[in-house]
Parts: sequence; C-alpha cells; structure tokens
Amino acid sequence: MAERYKQQGALAHLHLAARTAEGPEDASVRLIERPFQGQINLRGEIGDEAFRSAVESVAGLSLPETPNSFLEQAGRRALWLGPNEWLIVLADGEETALAEALRAALAGQHASIAEVGHSRTVIGLAGARAREVLRKGCSLDLHPRAFGPGQCAQTLLARADMILLQADDRPTYEINARRSFADYVWRWLEDAAREYGCALVAE
Amino acid sequence: MTRQQFRLAEGGRIDRDRPLSFRFNGRAYQGYAGDTLASALLANGVHLVGRSFKYHRPRGIFSAGAEEPNAIIQLETGTRSQPDLRATQVELYEGLRAKSVNCWPSVRFDLAAINSRLAPLFPAGFYYKTFMWPGRAWHLYEAVIRRMAGLGVAPTGPDPDRYEKTHIHADVLVAGGGPAGLAAALAAARAGARVILADEQSAFGGQLLGNGESVDGKPGAEWAAAAAAELVDLPDATLLPRTTVIGYFDDNYLTLCERVTDHLGPAAPPELPRQRLWKVRARHVVLATGAHERPLVFQGNDRPGVMLASAAQSYVNRYAVRPGRRAVLCANNDSAYRAALDLQEAGVEIAAIADLRPAPDGAGVEAARAQGIEVLPGQAVVATQGGRHLTGVEIAPLSEDGNALAGPSSTEKCDLLCVSGAWNPAVHLFSQSRGKLRYDEGLACFVPGRSVQAERSAGACNGRFALADCLAEGHAAGTAAAAAAGHGDDSGPVPKAEAEPVGAIRAVPCVPSRSGRANKHFLDLQNDVTAADVALAAREGYRSVEHTKRYTTLGMGTDQGKTSNVTGLSVLAAALGRPVPEVGTTTFRPPYTPVTFGTIAGRDVGDLADPARMTPMHHWHVQVGAVFEDVGQWKRPYCYPRQGESKREAVDRECLAVRNAVGILDASTLGKIDIQGPDARKLLNMVYTNAWNKLEVGRCRYGLMLGEDGMIFDDGVTSRLAEDRYLMTTTTGNAARVLEWLEEWLQTEWPDWRVYCTSVTEQFATMTICGPKARDLLAELVDGLDLDPAAFPFMSWRAAAVAGVPARIFKISFTGENSYEINVPANYGMAVWSAIMNAGEKYGITPFGTEAMHVLRAEKGFIMVGQETDGTITPHDLGMDWAVSKTKDFLGKRSLARADTTRAGRKQLVGLLTEAADAVLPEGGQIVSELARKPPMDMIGHVTSSYYSAALGRSIALALIKGGRDRGGETVHVPLLDGSSIAATVTEPRFYDSEGERLRG
Repeated sequence: MAERYKQQGALAHLHLAARTAEGPEDASVRLIERPFQGQINLRGEIGDEAFRSAVESVAGLSLPETPNSFLEQAGRRALWLGPNEWLIVLADGEETALAEALRAALAGQHASIAEVGHSRTVIGLAGARAREVLRKGCSLDLHPRAFGPGQCAQTLLARADMILLQADDRPTYEINARRSFADYVWRWLEDAAREYGCALVAE
Repeated sequence: MTRQQFRLAEGGRIDRDRPLSFRFNGRAYQGYAGDTLASALLANGVHLVGRSFKYHRPRGIFSAGAEEPNAIIQLETGTRSQPDLRATQVELYEGLRAKSVNCWPSVRFDLAAINSRLAPLFPAGFYYKTFMWPGRAWHLYEAVIRRMAGLGVAPTGPDPDRYEKTHIHADVLVAGGGPAGLAAALAAARAGARVILADEQSAFGGQLLGNGESVDGKPGAEWAAAAAAELVDLPDATLLPRTTVIGYFDDNYLTLCERVTDHLGPAAPPELPRQRLWKVRARHVVLATGAHERPLVFQGNDRPGVMLASAAQSYVNRYAVRPGRRAVLCANNDSAYRAALDLQEAGVEIAAIADLRPAPDGAGVEAARAQGIEVLPGQAVVATQGGRHLTGVEIAPLSEDGNALAGPSSTEKCDLLCVSGAWNPAVHLFSQSRGKLRYDEGLACFVPGRSVQAERSAGACNGRFALADCLAEGHAAGTAAAAAAGHGDDSGPVPKAEAEPVGAIRAVPCVPSRSGRANKHFLDLQNDVTAADVALAAREGYRSVEHTKRYTTLGMGTDQGKTSNVTGLSVLAAALGRPVPEVGTTTFRPPYTPVTFGTIAGRDVGDLADPARMTPMHHWHVQVGAVFEDVGQWKRPYCYPRQGESKREAVDRECLAVRNAVGILDASTLGKIDIQGPDARKLLNMVYTNAWNKLEVGRCRYGLMLGEDGMIFDDGVTSRLAEDRYLMTTTTGNAARVLEWLEEWLQTEWPDWRVYCTSVTEQFATMTICGPKARDLLAELVDGLDLDPAAFPFMSWRAAAVAGVPARIFKISFTGENSYEINVPANYGMAVWSAIMNAGEKYGITPFGTEAMHVLRAEKGFIMVGQETDGTITPHDLGMDWAVSKTKDFLGKRSLARADTTRAGRKQLVGLLTEAADAVLPEGGQIVSELARKPPMDMIGHVTSSYYSAALGRSIALALIKGGRDRGGETVHVPLLDGSSIAATVTEPRFYDSEGERLRG
C-alpha cells in the first residue's frame, strides 16, 4: 500500500489548517474538512440472504433498509442510497482490504463493490445555525420533525450534488461532496455562513 | 430644512425622539423613525411626488401601501440605486435620498407636461396606431419613446450588496399579518403546526396599525403586538416582517421577498444580506392578504391631494400626519366614515361627505352626523380644481341610474379629497395559485371562488371586511389548516371584536361629468388610462379584457393595476353592456410587487455562479501558468505557455515534445464507469456498435455508442478488469449522460439483467504519458512490470505500483504515440504526477493541454465526439464501419438501415490540405466546390477540425463533405467573411503515421 502521507485532499489548496484561529470563538457555525475516509459503494439484493449475511460478517455492519437512513457500528457507517445500493464509510486505509474481502465473500453472487473514497471529500458542518446555512442551498425539509440524527439523503447543495447525513442533534451534519466540486462546496458554505459568524475547526 | 408642519403633536407609531434627515428631489426634510418616505413627505406638506407616464400630469401620494400608483421613486444613487420603489413602502432612515421618476427637468416643472395639453392626440392604442408604420421605422421611434416614457433608471455598476436565498418548509404558511393572518397563525401554531407568518410591513397588525379598532378589548395595534410576541415564543413559528409573499406556484410552493436591511440604509451591517428570497414549501396556505380600497372614477380624480380614504386614516393614526387641512370625502360605502371621524379628531376640518348612496345610514354615518359632519346623500364629486394641488371640488347629485347629474353642483374649498369606492380583496396570490375568482355583485368586486391548491382565504381578501369576521375567519382557517396538516384542533379562543353591521354599497363605474366626457376620469393613474380610453377601445371592437389591457395599457405599470383593474373592467363592462363577471379579469402574475434582480440571483454570482470542477492536479497547473478552457464545468489546461510564448507557440512546442520525446496530459476528467455483474458483457454488446464477446481480462477495446437514431453520441475505451467487471471510459462532457443512458436501459428495458454501474470518474487521477520516451520513463517508476510490447501490448492494461502507488496502467493512445494512461487513487494524483515530472526531467517531459491533444489526434485522424459529430453523423459517415458489427444487435442498429442513413451523398469524413501550407481553415467554415462572386453558393460540407500541425510543418483539417470519400484529390474552397477564400485539396482523413507503427510502442 502506498504511503498515506502522500495523499492530498481536495481542499489542500485552501490551507484550512492554517485558518483555524479565524472566526469568533462563540461561532454559531463551525466548518471542518475530513478529507481522507474510506468509502465503498456496494450494490446487491438485500432480499438475498447470502448477500446480506456475507456483508454483515465481513464488514461488521448491518445494511439499513429504511430509505435515507444510516447505521453505525464500530466506527463504520452504512448509508442507504437506494433499494440495492449502500455507501460504506470507514477509516482511511481500510477501504481496499474491505473491498477485497467483500469481493471474495461475494464471489459468484450478483453484487458490485467499488472503492470511491478518493472520489469524495467530507465536510463537517455543526452549530446552532448550521441548519440555516444548509437550507440556503438544500431544498429538503431539515426541520427536526422531518430530518434528524441517523438520516441521510442524496440531494443538492446549491449547484453541486451531495450525500448529506445528520450525525447528532447539535446539529452536526456531514456533507459528502464529489471531489471535483469540493472547492465550490466549501467556498459556498463559508460564504453562506458569513452572516452568522463562522469558525473553521481543526480535526 | 423645513419643519414638519403637518405632523400631529402626539400619537402615531413614530418615535419623536429619533428624528431622521432625508432629501427628496434635492431638498432637505426631516421625519421620524417609524415613518415611510410617503408619511414623512406628507408631514412636510409634500404631496406632489411624480408625473404620470404618458401625459406627465402632476401626481400626489394616493395610498399608504403596496397599491401606490403615483409615488414611484428612485432611491439613492450609484450602484445602490433602486428604481421604481413605492414611497409608501420605503421605510425612512437617516440620510435617505430619493427623487421622483418620470419627470424632467423636475417634478414641479416637467417639460413633457405639454403632453397633457395634447392629450386628444394620444388616444387609447396611440402607440399601436402611430408608430406601427412604416414597419421598419419602429427602431427609430423606440429610443425616443423609451427616453420619454421610462420610469426609474437601473444602476449600471456591479451591485455591492449581498442577497440570500433560502428554502423552508411549513405546515401552514400565512400570507399577511393583519387581524385575519394573526388569528390564523396563532390558531395554527397553538395547535402545534409549523407556521410561517409573513407580512410586508415592519410590524404585524395590518389595518389595525392604522384604523384604531379594538380586539379582545385592547387597542388593535396592542393586540397585534401581543399576538406576534406569543408567536415568537412558540418554538415552531417563524415570523417574517418586511416580507412580501410575491409568488404562488404549483404544489404549494411560494416565494417570499424579505427586505432584511433596506430599512437601515447605509448603516446596514455588511455581513447581513440586503434582501432574502424565501422559497417556501407549505402543506397548507392561509391567504390573509387584506384588501385595497377602490378609487372612484370622476373628472379630475388624479390631482395631488386626492387620496384613498383609508390611506388618509392611516396617515393620521399610524404616522400622526394630517394629509390636509380641510377635507371632502366622497364614498359609496360605510368605511370612509371612520376615516372622516379620525381625520376630524386629528384636527382636519371635514367640509362634507358626498355619499353616492341616496340614503346612507348605519353606525358610521350616524356617528359622523353626530359629530356635525355634513353628509350629502346621493351626491358625488364630479370635478376637481387646482393645479399642482387640489384647491376645491364640485359636488353634484346623481340621477337614479347614476349615469347623469340630477341637479346643479356646489363647490367646496378643500386641500384633501378622500375617496372610497369600497374594497377590492387582494386576490393576487389566490389567483396565482390558479384558484377561480367569483364576482360578488353586492361587493362589486372579485372574491376567491374555487380553490385549486391546499389553500384557504380569510378576512378581507375573502370579501369579509368587518373586523370580527376577519378574526373569526382567520382563526377558523388556521385551525383547519393545522388539522389538515395532521395537528389537533386545540387552537385557543377566537379573538373577538365588536361586530358592526356593514351597509350596502352603491357601485357607479364612472361618475358622470357635466360635459358628459370622461377623458379626465382616470382609471390607471400611473399609465394615464381614462374611462374614455377604455370606452374607445370598446367601440373599436375590443371585447377581451386581456386585449383591452394591452391596447390601452390599463394596469400595465409597476403597480400592475392594483387600484385600476377592477374599476377599469367595470367601465369596460358598462361600455360593452355586459355584466362584469362575463367580461372577466386579467391574469394576476407574480411577483405581487416588484423584486430586485439581486434577490433573484442571490449568491449565484461571481465565483459562485457555477461550480468550477477541478482535477487533483488542478493547482499544479495553476502554479505553472496553464491557460484553462472550460469543458462542461471542468477546468482543463488548454496549454502551458512559457514566459514570452504565445498560445500557438506553446501548443506547437507541446505537440513536438510528444512526437519527439514525452508529454504528460491530465486526463482525469474522462468519465469512468465501473460495470460489474454476470451480464456486464451483454450490456456492452448492446450499447456499443462492436462486439465484446472475445475481449479477455487485461485487454481494452474502443467502442462507439449510438442513440436510437443511429447517430454517434459517445465513444471511449472499455477495459475488462475481471471476469464480470469492466471499466468504461466516456468523453469528459458526456460522463453523466452515458451513465444515465446505461441506467435508463437497465431500469426500463432490461431490469432482469444482472449488472450494476457505478460512476468512478473522480476516484482516479488520470495522467497520460506519451511519446517515444514514454516507455523509458515509465520503466523508472514501476517495479516488476515488463513493458515490452510483447508482454504489455497495445490495447491492454496492467495493475502495478507507479511511484509506490497502486495504479492501473492502460496502454491506449489518442495521440498516435506510444502512450500509457495511468490511473491512481485521486488523493495520490499529485504525488504521482510530481514523481513522473521529476523522473521525466531528463527525458524532456512536457505537460501538454487539450489543444495539443486535439492537434495530435487530428494528425492521426482520430475523431472527437462533438467535433466530427453533431448528432447527425453515423459511424459510416466517418468511415468507421470497422467499429460496427454486422452480426450482433446493438442500440441504434436499425436506424443505420434507414433510407436516409444509407443513401448516397451523405456527408463523409475527409481530410483537407490547404494549398497554402500555413493557411489554417476556420472550424465551421462552409465548403463549396465552386466559388461564386457572393453567397449563396452551393455548400457541400463544413470543416470540423482545423489546426496548424507543427510535426508536419503545415495546416491540416478534417471535414464532412457530401460524398467526400469519392472526391479525393478534388480542390474545394472555403469562403471567408471578408470575401476572400481558402483553397484546399480533399485527402484521406489521416496525416501522420498512417500505418500506426508508433502507437504500438
């Protein structure tokens, strides 16, 4: 495996780590980039017991069947993307090993395993006014009655597509954006948060 | 600075401790916090605020709200300037500067007022009748007419302010925060619904802020403030003051415009947006948009000093301003009497109330009589006197049918004439929602009829004008809306007000004049449309209200006829001798009041106007000074000019480097689709024209994709990664479209096929190294991979670590040179690129851009989708029969057998070599076989690609020419715009290494 320090995230050019001192301390919006995450796009028939049990035993994860929800186990997440499609999110570096293990376990079955962690970056958005920032560019109903922790959605943020998930009710959101759109998405978010006061956070 | 001589000593919702200075038409004035520009002007005795559109007649402040037709102003100057605002809605701030529109050189002395004297020359449809011939001269007239007629002026510089847009969802959206809206919002929110309450004013309460009525035993404004406070405390109620609901669209989607900092002027905090567009999706909507008082139509009804009665009442009660010293009222209903009493209490002398009704009674009438106000039953104002301001009115009795005067007139001196022709419900939003209007004979206005969307109207906008009714109906609507959204009906008590019986009205469309003419009976005050104009249109044959509107310009101004539509169509109906509902009403279109473009654009401007998609190596390209081109949303390096180098020189250098040494291209933008499943090969066989059965693992194949029409829509190389797994590449611009195409067929036609497609375009950074030194260079970066062509042949791929990073290396070529397309996980892209650049230095590695790539592939005659194809080109047209299977089925196959796709004489791909070696043909240039002196000439084709080839030392071009493959050696011509032409010889579409030796490495 390659030396991981050689990786360069989609937002490296913005030098965000150097800017964490900016922004008010009591900022009601906090932004962070989480650039390196393993992600696997998994397709298969959930009704097929062999598929389900192979994934559960190899990945250590249950696949959610409720649309637009995710399950979290031992630091790994499985996001429902469609009736036969999930996104497995795990630690950087574990992606290839898990993909190979899944391929072996699902050999001969009708399934698809594609590593996609490098094609996306994750931006964390949290704080009392995070929802107000998000709703400027997202037409989904994000009110706690309609969208809460444990839910995810594939939708648009302004002019870029994203997989959105809500991690907790502070609220903390994660915006999983395509790599090539990351610069746009980040600058859009920072600009949208300006009226509330925005702080950049280091991991 | 003038003192506020019309300001009352006490009362009103203004803050006398916060005086504000402002300038209007260059003069300094003072008002108070809480004023609108209109109320502050009236406090200073300024009524004359504008000139009408056509005749430039003097016009005064007419209303106190959104319906204002006259007080149209230009606010501020420079880039922050805003045209065509209503002074009645502009909140005063310190330092405000405004001026009248549509007058020159000044509002008091307007040269174009001569138009008023010439009015007989400007009948209805004047523009149509006068400027329509000779037809081609309109462009001459237009400039002059627009200069004369324009209202405000749009700023030309970039807008310095921020504007926001936001989405929000609600169980119940309440449009309008008057008594009905507040009652509805309270009821719905108390029941637990998520409620949004929007009102265009700075405070909630609507008419309660200006008419002094009481709710639940409290003064109305106080009750409204308490209701708003209760809503603020409820967790799921959103209150939006200064927010106009401007549009009502399908599926209960509404747009609202919030003026966030307009009322602060230059003192607005810079981080806040100036305005915010709310995009609301509401399960239910309660419309509580109130009503606009209807003017009366009589001779000279446009003179400054003529004002709606309710507006005068608002100015007195809300703004503590006397709009005149001595007033006459003219009304056909009860509501004006309360206004008269309030004016009288504020010290305005009431000369008389002319009531069109023969026997007015009711509580208001009695109260006015009890205060000694003279009521003149069966009489109306029939003419006004004065120049730039009203000095008096003529009052006369009306005949029983209202069509003639029934006696001599008397004159009353006055400087204020308050008119009330009863009320028009503000049905704009209801109508936008596609609800059907119904004409109410008794109220002489349109009211909401059948609803189409999940919406209900409450209060004055529903034709219920009594306060007690507004409150009850609002409460009921809010309760019902909350219940329909799944909440209970625990909506609290109904707010109560004293029920006062409302007397009938007497509708007289047009009060007769002594002369019998109606050419100074203004319907549309902004556009100068008179009752005579509408009657003329009717005589000229106009029957449809929509046609009449456009012919006369009735209701076409910035106010969109809020005060004129109903009066206008009553006059039209009378002229046509048909009932009003049969004549109908014009369409109500969004926005309800004008919206600035900035609000519509929001933050989608500048850098954020559109995403710029970037590859993992993008910032390296920026640092070395690449010139970029847009390919869809992608930024791709076009070329990398060195110091002092032109783009053409850079491209030549890059091309030669690839031909003679080694070049490197960032190809990350190519679409990549991971196709997995036992039926993957079946899918490839159907979407590509060639056969895929024999492609082994580790090998790659080029394929053409056709639409159902048989026309090429994409091409690319697909590689077999494993037994049931393929990696398809697409052109940069078609990546999403190809994936959709595959999904469409899999989901709709072949749902039983066991195959999944996943986009992995951005998972990989792709860098192509090519040229005679490419193999030596790669050898330095990989371990244990045999690069010998026998072991790693052309059109195959291998997995290997490149610079220590796991990679797939595809030996495929678009340049005609030995070429390796290296795919690494995207986050390693920059590291690998740097390693290649370092190792390649001694080989003279040269980064090259899209233009060099285009030249190199054109030298080889490789097609580019979108360049050699345009949606009308088949594989046969391009001479690519070799890529089309004759034995298997594929999408588009049958279309290739159509008569048109098989006929002789179709355009075919050829090469062109110009007679002058360095003449580069223009791409898109039309090709003729015989030159004529001037067009038209018989065009036989067009140039699709054309470049200067540094490797060949001459220009080359590809072209599509009718029957081109049979024209080898013929001379053709490309005529240019300047009258010259370039001659060229038709050749094979291949200029370099036609045997293809170099690309095999």
